[in-house]
Amino acid sequence: MVDAIKRPGWWRGLLGAIAFGAFGFGLVIALRAISDLPLYQTEQTGYPHIIVPAVTAPLGFLAGFGCFDYWLRWAAGMPTIPEDHSQHGAKSWKDYFRFNTDHKVIGVQYVVTTFIFFFIGGLMAMLIRAELAQPGTQIVEAATYNSLFSTHAVLMIFVFVIPVFAGLANYVLPLMIGAPDMAFPRLNALSFWMLPLAGLLFIGSFLAPGGAFDAGWTGYAPLSTGAPLGQSFFNLGVQFAGASSIATALNFLVTIITMRAPGMTFWRMPLLVWANLSTSLLVVAATPFIAGVQFMVLFDRALHTNFFQFAGGGDVISYQHIFWFYSHPAVYIMMLPGFGIISEVISTHARKPIFGYRLMALALIGIVVLSYSVWAHHMFVAGMFSWLRVPMMITTLLIAVPTGIKIFSWLGTLYFGKIHTYSTAMLFALAFIVTFTIGGISGVMLGMVPIDIHVSDTYFIVAHIHFVLFGGSVFTIFAGVYHWFPKMTGRMYDEKLGRVHFWGTLIGTWGTFVPMHWVGMDGMPRRVADYAEQFGNWNLMISAFAFMLGAVQLVFLYNMVVSWRYGPKAEANPWRANSIEWQVSSPPPIFNFDEIPRVVGGPYEFGIPGAKHAIMAGEGAEVPEGEKSVVGSTS
Amino acid sequence: MASVTWTRKASRRRFNRMPAAPMYGRLPIVKMLLVTIALTVVISAVMVPINWNGQGASTAAPKIDHLLNVMIVLSSFVFSLVMVMLFYALWKFKAKPGDESDGEPIHGNTRLEIAWTLIPTIIVLFAGGYSWKVLDDIEESKPEGQYLTVAVFSQQFAWSFAYPGKDYAWSEGELHVPVNRQVQFKMHALDVIHSFWVPEWRIKKDNVPGITTTAIVTPDKVGTYQLVCTELCGFGHATMRAKVVVEPYGKWEKWVEGLDREAPKELMETVEVDSATNPPALGAGGA
Repeated sequence: MVDAIKRPGWWRGLLGAIAFGAFGFGLVIALRAISDLPLYQTEQTGYPHIIVPAVTAPLGFLAGFGCFDYWLRWAAGMPTIPEDHSQHGAKSWKDYFRFNTDHKVIGVQYVVTTFIFFFIGGLMAMLIRAELAQPGTQIVEAATYNSLFSTHAVLMIFVFVIPVFAGLANYVLPLMIGAPDMAFPRLNALSFWMLPLAGLLFIGSFLAPGGAFDAGWTGYAPLSTGAPLGQSFFNLGVQFAGASSIATALNFLVTIITMRAPGMTFWRMPLLVWANLSTSLLVVAATPFIAGVQFMVLFDRALHTNFFQFAGGGDVISYQHIFWFYSHPAVYIMMLPGFGIISEVISTHARKPIFGYRLMALALIGIVVLSYSVWAHHMFVAGMFSWLRVPMMITTLLIAVPTGIKIFSWLGTLYFGKIHTYSTAMLFALAFIVTFTIGGISGVMLGMVPIDIHVSDTYFIVAHIHFVLFGGSVFTIFAGVYHWFPKMTGRMYDEKLGRVHFWGTLIGTWGTFVPMHWVGMDGMPRRVADYAEQFGNWNLMISAFAFMLGAVQLVFLYNMVVSWRYGPKAEANPWRANSIEWQVSSPPPIFNFDEIPRVVGGPYEFGIPGAKHAIMAGEGAEVPEGEKSVVGSTS
Repeated sequence: MASVTWTRKASRRRFNRMPAAPMYGRLPIVKMLLVTIALTVVISAVMVPINWNGQGASTAAPKIDHLLNVMIVLSSFVFSLVMVMLFYALWKFKAKPGDESDGEPIHGNTRLEIAWTLIPTIIVLFAGGYSWKVLDDIEESKPEGQYLTVAVFSQQFAWSFAYPGKDYAWSEGELHVPVNRQVQFKMHALDVIHSFWVPEWRIKKDNVPGITTTAIVTPDKVGTYQLVCTELCGFGHATMRAKVVVEPYGKWEKWVEGLDREAPKELMETVEVDSATNPPALGAGGA
């Protein structure tokens, strides 16, 4: 037992959480005692004796679990434990529950954890739709309803869509660029372990007096600054999720820039790598804004600062400016990695090079640049300076151009190809093009100020965000999970069940979210537990499709779990793809490559006789004449 | 240095697009365009006649609805184009069972790529310009003295209104305005953000604590409507409604005179303070 507590792991983590939590609690109580204040401050927004431990206990867990061991020893001048690679690779399922620095293990940890949050968030969506199936209040009362849709959105955004892409990229990106691991494996592990803590804080807020946070995922002040304790859990959870994604983004940037295999020039990187490069540029610059603004709200609540309290001279609208300065780029953080996945899947299954590869990469960069200049389109009716609306409208509409380039280039990729649709990944990729086009069109409409004035904050918005986030991002996530499932697990999934899941999801998505446009335009506001009788029939239909959509996800769950355990063994390259991750075994060897591959051509050279993307170890290392000058240079 | 130049040339040769010589077959471009246009016409013919936004009851409504219809036609074209391109490809280029060969190694087509960059740019810039014009139209303020000012006060979870005239007559939960006269609502939130929306007017504006926001509406149909709060404001958000009555001027005047309550003094004082510290009123300079 003593030994178990000395070793990094769950026991020491638990002990760390308790010790640090007790320290935080004790500190607050002691400070209040010597200041002659009542020991417990339990006004609505107060509770310092809970907020402080809610920060220190997760940190204590991370410290106990072993996330900081190496760095602390190094910083303290103690002999560091030399890397014996015992923290590398997974030999049994138990290794997935350890502090592990292998990017492949971390990738799987990410994807599984985020999907757990996806199913929890999905259950909340089912409750929401159950309540909305009929006008009036049946299942949950209004306050609980507000908590439900707030936590649904927060779980889906912060601990599902954003990190699941980080997880998929964690697994495949180092393999794709021919690197043995990420640039900072320990930071990578720390990034992952912060994520479940963020999720626990979000879900744990249901236990807080006054219920879970209920000011929406946007948490607009001053509703959030005066909300019950649960709101503070949101403020803190975002810090852990945000720190996790910033650290991961830095890791990706350094990995992509410095660790590409010889010959992998920027113009030879697969588009998934380009997509994660662009996403990481967004994350490192934008995410600090939401971290900052949530701290400001927390300080308004706990320390009575006056950032957003109008009575104390605060500026209410500035919350929205700072929030959307992150949260608009965030929608591209949730979409660009998906664009990368779609490029890989479509090129591979159409057996054709990506059409206009360079313009595809430049379009990503164009989206990154433009996405910083559109945030105020969320605020057309917010009462901000009115002249700001027109320039923001123009930039918003212009961002449709690089997005359109991507759609047309995927379509161009299909032409004169040999399109295979046997893979569920390809089905989701093709459906994504259709569904995302609809979401893009409604996005352009929302960008137009006069239309936005009418439909802002209605169900039209709910329809739009679910078309782009579910019909967009989540479809790409499914495409990515199916596509790389053989690589990650070494097993094949069941295509028949995949098809059931695909068609159910496609029909469910359209049936659920298309009618939401109509009720929104016709006058149904969003974020309401109750609505006018006239919208009853449409909402009943929406709920019916939503339940179908929810149920069919269980098919996916079953397929994944059972195939992982019992599926037929996967070959190294079941899709006959070109990129490097498919040239190693499934799952890949523990250190990825015996010898770093040499990249000698573009990633999508389908149909060119003799063309190669990379030369792997042991292959007849015949470098084509003329390519020799390229091998060895990395830019 | 020499090798760098060579590399660049090599990559240009590799990436630079469809090699001149081989033709991969012709696409029935004209037929595809015709089908796209036909599909656009069908979708537009179905969607444009439907009154998506519901009944309109202000001078802004037909303008916004018309803009929406223009967008529906443009969007139908874009959607039809994507559908025709997608389904033609799926029909024509689907691999035969057992065919393990690759597609043609086409890397792109510069002219096509320029086209699908420039044409959407022109379309969205047109949409932007048109929207700007509509926005200026619907927010155009009449000269001082020719519009009516009504103060709106929102709080969890109720609406109150103060009318001009002697001592600001005050009504709670019920808003009356005259028909065919521009009304400028000066809006104030007393606790958290609320949002003022009458769907039939098509106009929405947040009420923000600490500042005064303005919504300009010219109701043009007599009737009874509902004012809906559209910004999440707490557990009572869904039920935060008020009755809106649009009536002829004489009738409205009588109704206001019949109100026996005055706006609370301290509220009207905050209004003054708000107005002094405010961003310039919406519509003051158009954009």
